[in-house]
Amino acid sequence: MSGQSRILEGYVSLPYRWAMGETTTRFFDEFKNKKIMGTRCGKCNRVLIPARSFCSHCFDNVDEWVEVGQEGVIKTWVAVNFSYEGQPKEPPYILGIIELDGADVGLPHFIGGVPMDDFDELAKKVRIGEKVRAVWKESREGNILDIDYFEPVD
Amino acid sequence: MEQEVAIVDAVQTRHGSALKENIREIMFSTVRQLLNRVGIEKSEIGTMVSSSSDYWQGISCSNSYYYDAAGANLKSGSKAAEDSALGFHYGAMRILSGHYKTVLVTSITKCSEAPPVDTLTHLATDPFFQRPVGLNETISTALQAKAYLHRFELNEEDLAGVPIKNLANAQNNPNAHRKGVLSLDDVLASPTMASPLREIDVPNTSDGACAILLATKEVAKDLTKRPVFVQGLGWNVSETFLGDRDLLNGSLPKAAKMAYKMANIEKPLDDIDVAEICDTTSFNEILWTEQLGFCAPGKGTDLLKDGITSMGGALPVNPSGGLFGANPYVARGLIRIAEIALQLKGEGEKRQVPDAKRGLAHSVHGLGGQLHSVVVLGV
Repeated sequence: MSGQSRILEGYVSLPYRWAMGETTTRFFDEFKNKKIMGTRCGKCNRVLIPARSFCSHCFDNVDEWVEVGQEGVIKTWVAVNFSYEGQPKEPPYILGIIELDGADVGLPHFIGGVPMDDFDELAKKVRIGEKVRAVWKESREGNILDIDYFEPVD
Repeated sequence: MEQEVAIVDAVQTRHGSALKENIREIMFSTVRQLLNRVGIEKSEIGTMVSSSSDYWQGISCSNSYYYDAAGANLKSGSKAAEDSALGFHYGAMRILSGHYKTVLVTSITKCSEAPPVDTLTHLATDPFFQRPVGLNETISTALQAKAYLHRFELNEEDLAGVPIKNLANAQNNPNAHRKGVLSLDDVLASPTMASPLREIDVPNTSDGACAILLATKEVAKDLTKRPVFVQGLGWNVSETFLGDRDLLNGSLPKAAKMAYKMANIEKPLDDIDVAEICDTTSFNEILWTEQLGFCAPGKGTDLLKDGITSMGGALPVNPSGGLFGANPYVARGLIRIAEIALQLKGEGEKRQVPDAKRGLAHSVHGLGGQLHSVVVLGV
């Protein structure tokens, strides 16, 4: 045998259609009016965002809608400085987990409005426990990216 | 202490960056080598459980591609996707069911053939909330690492000892495909990938496979002089959404508690002689050692710096080099178990921990450590 092993190159690209369900549909429809809505579990009293139709802790239906704040605190964050296929934006950028006022769980989203060219300056503004506020896109389509990013509140 | 289920023997490939054989050939040669070592034929295998991932293989129903190559032609073979340690749990349960006297557990991944882990784990997110903002394994881990360093007032340098220790250990492992001597300066010179993680903190991927033969106690004693008994099994899964979780207190303590209870372990640091842990990043080895109860929360970096987890320490962690030595993604959990079996058989050669009588193998799957598995083995 030759000791050689050739490579066959291929590509898999397939379409999918994911039903959002009624609760996620309403959650995103409220985004068009710049409203962030959660649902409160009647048993553990947690306000869950994104709004959802059941609580996985209490394992029961959840249907009480409550509006949560446009502001919240940074629970943790990361400055992304590498690339991968499927990435939503060009690095460098910041992703954080934000706990909005009135919510009991965090929301992963972008943190922006800060200088990306100087990490030390950036790290003075983007800190765990610091307050941030939602910045909405002008044109909103009813999806998670209708919030452009969260910016530090001075 | 003898138990009902035992490992007869285990075989791994010489892991590499791009093995030239195809998946079916690697699966065949790995299982063939295992049968040769044990001295049995295919007809004597009761059944087979494999573990692989469709996305990592580019072939859906990934196991249907290699069933027969793994010795399972016209047998009741099955699959545990994503984490091969779960294939091991499944195999042990098939012995305990009383229906099988021997079960072969196999796993394979050729990362060289698939898109990068950060692309594939991006596809592990839900399409509505987490995928549009680009979560994946490295980014989720960085979010977790930042929260950890902040809570315990530590910095990135405190993580640097993990790749140094594990790549040095890998020098003693003939199956490892990455090994070497690193200095603290080498680690700190590595570019930041996802602050606080540097490129060097995230093990590169590998090609590799592993096969383990399980048997009942009686059959195992016939097949090997040194059966390794399954003393404890535990696993646990936490919430889907990263924002729902306490990133520093997830499912691992519960998985460990389940395995320790079964194995009658009260003080893990005293009762366990050697551990193989999925060091998915430098930071993760530290967090997982804490959550396995080897030390108190926030003390994992001290455990490392004090040499407790080094070769010669009270509880060496990753004598094989862990994932820094070789990281064939789905197979990594089964390889951890195979390495502990090797240690307890006394066949660890240059990486042998002296007088190892009881060992722990840990595996993890999912963003931020959603699913953890703990296996306690003993002789």
